[in-house]
Amino acid sequence: MGEFLLVTLQVDMHDQLALRLQDDLTNAIQAKGSKGVLIDISALEMVDSFMGRMISDVSGMARILDAKTVLVGMQPAVAITLVELGMSLPGINTALNVERGMQLLRRVLSDDDDHRPR
Amino acid sequence: MGAVNSIAAVLQKRHADIEGAWLEQLTTASASSSGRVANEELKRQAQEFFKVFEQALSSGRIDAIAGPEWAEVRAFLEDLSRRRALAGFGSEDTASFVFSLKKPLFEALRQENIADPLQLAEGIWNVTMLLDKLGLHTVTAYQRAREGVINRQQQELLELSTPVVKLWDGILALPMIGTLDSARTQIVMESLLQKIVETESQIAILDITGVPTVDTLVAQHLLKTVTALRLMGAECIISGVRPQIAQTIVHLGVDLQGVTTKANLADALALALKRIGVTFSRQ
Repeated sequence: MGEFLLVTLQVDMHDQLALRLQDDLTNAIQAKGSKGVLIDISALEMVDSFMGRMISDVSGMARILDAKTVLVGMQPAVAITLVELGMSLPGINTALNVERGMQLLRRVLSDDDDHRPR
Repeated sequence: MGAVNSIAAVLQKRHADIEGAWLEQLTTASASSSGRVANEELKRQAQEFFKVFEQALSSGRIDAIAGPEWAEVRAFLEDLSRRRALAGFGSEDTASFVFSLKKPLFEALRQENIADPLQLAEGIWNVTMLLDKLGLHTVTAYQRAREGVINRQQQELLELSTPVVKLWDGILALPMIGTLDSARTQIVMESLLQKIVETESQIAILDITGVPTVDTLVAQHLLKTVTALRLMGAECIISGVRPQIAQTIVHLGVDLQGVTTKANLADALALALKRIGVTFSRQ
């Protein structure tokens, strides 16, 4: 993936697994100096409020480590469920698929570079 | 049962009289009803009803018209009810087809039982009970037919009024017509999101020119759709905002959460094209 990290969520996460994921991810961001993280949820047919919060948390952690997060591949049914649950995941970038996600990351990161004080 | 046999017997014995009197009632009623049935057709209907009616009576059971003995009578009445509904009759017209048979039958029974008031009373009671049940059956059948029509039309309306149109590679439009309630919002969201995945579109334009009023509920539904789109990585533009709607939105304090709005579809399309990096040049 080059400068980006790709995380593919495939099964329903329960507490332990979620904590492990957060651990692994934050460590990986630091170790590889990644500037962008793509979370691929195209395999998930169902996302509950726990998952929603977890994604939100992971995104927050990444931001603190100076990495941008993009959530990709949400299925229509999942989007509808999240909206019904009142979870709009504000502040999290989204894209239709991994390819678009990478385009978005590059654009966002280059915007950042443009605005960095010289 | 003596009473039933007496009805069946009376029918057989005085068939012509009863039929004549009944037809007379039917044709008078038909002249003043909301629908139109030719007199020849009425006669045919009456005769057919007689046939199945007499057959059912011969079974000897008049208490349970839901039973198999009365299946043909029920089927005839349901068919009649359906055809009359289509011809523009009201439900009372179809029911009175059955009820108007009472008077001729009472008259015939009276003449046959002049010497026996008890027998007469029982005969009249049985006829009343029987014809009431059959009359109610036609009304129920009529109503069920109408409900079927309404349901079908509602379904068609739902399907017709939420088409998702591809305006350009990557741009979808959803012209919404009519009031937006939760059922429609659900359908709109499902079909729109599905189309986004299929066409890999980035922008969806929701055109609300055809939405008469936007209150807080409708605004909520719109925002739900916008949020769902955003979650899937697509962008939303709302077009067709009329002046009254703009006023309502501000008065209600609805927060559009940064959704871009345009007055008409043309402007929305221009913006969408710019966003995906397409330009046109005039030759």
